[in-house]
Amino acid sequence: MFGKLGLDSIPLDEPIPIAASAIVALAILSLLGWVWKRGYFPYLWREWITSVDHKRIGVMYCVLAAVMLLRGFSDALLMRSQQAIAYGNPGYLPPDHYDQVFTAHGVIMIFFVAMPFMIGLMNFAVPLQLGIRDVAFPTLNSVSFWLTASGALLVNVSLVIGEFAKTGWVVYPPLSELRFSPGVGVDYYLWALQISGVGTLLSGVNLVTTILKMRAPGMGYTRMPMFCWTSLATNLLIVAAFPILTATLAMLTLDRYLGFHFFTNELGGNQMMFVNLIWAWGHPEVYILILPAFGIFSEVVSTFSGKPLFGYRSMIVATMAICLLAFMVWLHHFFTMGAGADVNGFFGIATMIIAVPTGVKVFNWIFTMFGGRIRYTSMMLWSVGFIVTFVIGGMTGVLLAVPPADFVLHNSLFLVAHFHNIVIPGVLFGAFAGLTYWWPKAFGFTLDEKWGKRSFWFWLTGFYVAFMPLYVLGLMGMTRRLGHYNVAGWQPWLIAAGVGALLIACGIACQIVMFVVSIRNRAALVDESGDPWDGRTLEWATTSPPPIFNFAALPDVRGEEAYWGLKSAAREEQRLSDLPDYVAIEMPKNSPTGVVSAFFATAMGFALIWHIWWLVILGFVGAWATFVVFAWRDETEYEIAADEVERRDRLRREGKAALLGVPDGATT
Amino acid sequence: MVALSGCSRGVLDPAGPVAAGERTVLFNALAIMLCIVVPTILLALAVGWWFRAGNDKAEYRPDWSYSGRLELLVWSIPALVVIFLAGLTWISTHELAPEKPLASSVRPLQVQVVSLDWKWVFIYPELGIATVNRLVIPAGTPISFRITSGTVMNSFFISQLGSQIYAMSGMDAKLHLQADKPGRFHGLSAHYSGEGFADMDFAVDAVAPARFAGWVAQTRGRGQVLDTPRFLTLARHPGSEKQMAFGAVAPGLYDRIVANAGASVREEATDGRENSGVR
Repeated sequence: MFGKLGLDSIPLDEPIPIAASAIVALAILSLLGWVWKRGYFPYLWREWITSVDHKRIGVMYCVLAAVMLLRGFSDALLMRSQQAIAYGNPGYLPPDHYDQVFTAHGVIMIFFVAMPFMIGLMNFAVPLQLGIRDVAFPTLNSVSFWLTASGALLVNVSLVIGEFAKTGWVVYPPLSELRFSPGVGVDYYLWALQISGVGTLLSGVNLVTTILKMRAPGMGYTRMPMFCWTSLATNLLIVAAFPILTATLAMLTLDRYLGFHFFTNELGGNQMMFVNLIWAWGHPEVYILILPAFGIFSEVVSTFSGKPLFGYRSMIVATMAICLLAFMVWLHHFFTMGAGADVNGFFGIATMIIAVPTGVKVFNWIFTMFGGRIRYTSMMLWSVGFIVTFVIGGMTGVLLAVPPADFVLHNSLFLVAHFHNIVIPGVLFGAFAGLTYWWPKAFGFTLDEKWGKRSFWFWLTGFYVAFMPLYVLGLMGMTRRLGHYNVAGWQPWLIAAGVGALLIACGIACQIVMFVVSIRNRAALVDESGDPWDGRTLEWATTSPPPIFNFAALPDVRGEEAYWGLKSAAREEQRLSDLPDYVAIEMPKNSPTGVVSAFFATAMGFALIWHIWWLVILGFVGAWATFVVFAWRDETEYEIAADEVERRDRLRREGKAALLGVPDGATT
Repeated sequence: MVALSGCSRGVLDPAGPVAAGERTVLFNALAIMLCIVVPTILLALAVGWWFRAGNDKAEYRPDWSYSGRLELLVWSIPALVVIFLAGLTWISTHELAPEKPLASSVRPLQVQVVSLDWKWVFIYPELGIATVNRLVIPAGTPISFRITSGTVMNSFFISQLGSQIYAMSGMDAKLHLQADKPGRFHGLSAHYSGEGFADMDFAVDAVAPARFAGWVAQTRGRGQVLDTPRFLTLARHPGSEKQMAFGAVAPGLYDRIVANAGASVREEATDGRENSGVR
């Protein structure tokens, strides 16, 4: 009836995961109870859960990422404390638990923090920057989000029921094969990633289509904001790379479920093929994460320097060069597999070539600041902190790309320090900057700057204190994923790294305080103009928060920096642009398709993990039936009357007129 | 576990020509990049500070966003650095290729390495002896390693001697290292391989050639024999092991382990399809 699932699947003898999940379960239950008691559930269902509005979906992605960041960071604290303690003793985490912790940390941070953060911000900002009303496939967008949430849910369920993978986040076979990992841990990994991977792929298709086909009138490719360009590059990478992941994981699944031998030791299986394939996805994945962040930094640096982005076209070329080169360097993840000097040399050099467009980007950001009048908001601090720190991470990356250097640093803590040196300042700082930057657009009030800046300083110093020691440890020959060790010289550095993690914890605490304080003071922090930062791109042309249709009339784009152009024209002519002819707007209806199909997908994933075959069939049929019902719907859209559109747009124009100090063109 | 208290020397303290060569490459590449990275960081901080909103002395140029000369510069500086590094990479990658024998007048010593759950077996085929978790080598003699795995993937790594190479079942990787002077070094698996991974380190004792000959004479012909059944007992018993020495080794053992791709070392055939193990 319940496959492999039994009461013994719950690890009651391990106090840490049980206590942690009890706390989480209690928090979720009390939150749900509060929502139910206050009568918020219908509102949540109507306005958020079934919403197909790209802005709402973007916000939900970011909420998911923030929640999972807390989970992934708890894992980081466990690892740092374990390694700080475990010199000459087993520490407090047995290998069985420690191995799950570092695997979960990697999986969560990449797939359920960095990815949803970036996809969330792209979802929110790209249609607004392009001057359009939604993404190309709004309901599909909702499906994407809920499938990602399904994957995250499955990873968290593994904390209580069963176990998570104990293989490292890229599950190299043969360790991840049934013979060496007979438990359900790897199965949790496989199905969580397959389900969320479908979501990511659909999201990629959606955004590529949106950017290629749905820009506002006049917005040619060379007039798109930089963030849209980097989003285009990222989503092209998603569309090209995620199918590789899906196929690779499917082959491993066949090995584990049906006795295939793609990657086993015996019967002609080839573990090296898995390594090859997973990195053919894995390396582009790095750029999938970092490119949107590059876009965010471009927007932030330009806005707060009060200047256009320096070398806009050069930046486009650099972005697309990175997009292309991202696919040509994957072998540097396994120089030590013994490919021979010609192959290693080729891929080492190919890797270094990526440093050229990346270097161009760094210089262009610096020249964007040059001649500017820089307002040091928290977003600008994240950006400058990023530039300085990222350059160091890039340098160590190029060092690792030199095969002879990699032969002694591969898999060491030097490598761990390197990729955290890229992902923390690159992706996370970018996400935090983007979050602060677009928050007023989403909610109509800005975030508290004092706590935002405190958080920045804690994160920055915490990062250096936590990861510079890891560079040293790598040079001392310490490899990654050690649960304990017997080299006395390593311990002081590991204790220092632990202190760094605590500083980062303070940074996260400051961010939580920032949200609480800002929400409390929202009346004082309100943004009435819709343009709190003196922005240059179209999202600032509409109100904060924007109406569901974003723009009453699609903007007429006449150059780069579309909104800056509109503002300059209004200042010059001392009036806003003419009133457009308001017409009724058709908007897609809400749909529970996403959440319902994800519900069935979660059930199916859980059933596949535990071999509960009747539930697999039920889940599959349920998800499929949901899709059929959606496909057979009669009414897909609803209409917003021209009067209503006009009423809301007049309010917007009043705000803009006040902001620019010009008479509202509508009244003349 | 191998007691190595107080020992924290690593990559920057090479004890052989390979590690020394790799450290030189590391330093050279680092020096080349620091030439561009340090000025870039300083430039970012200086520009960011000088053009702060409060500084009235800084000239505000709100429309300045293009300069052909600067564009040329920002593309060519990283490109030149990369061209320089690419040359260094190509040459050093060929010079320090792990499979390339070391130039030496001394005849290399053959050592075959097998990673197991979670221990290392070292076979000296020419000498007919073997050890577990302790590698004894003569200083000043090139060691020609062949590396495979009887289990999942591991990586054979002695940080003070240089290059690591993956140990994979069914694969026969080649690696050449040398210790210049006698000393004790820390070896480990640099690729996570499961529950007992953290205990999978080993001691490397480089001794003077005369002492090495003495050690061989002392070991050979005494104690246990490493034949197929003994190997399978080692392989099928997951867990770390104390150091061991075998006075005799079945000929061709290593080749059979490679040929059998590490299969069946932990699990007997049940359905008749699986490989029947090391014969």
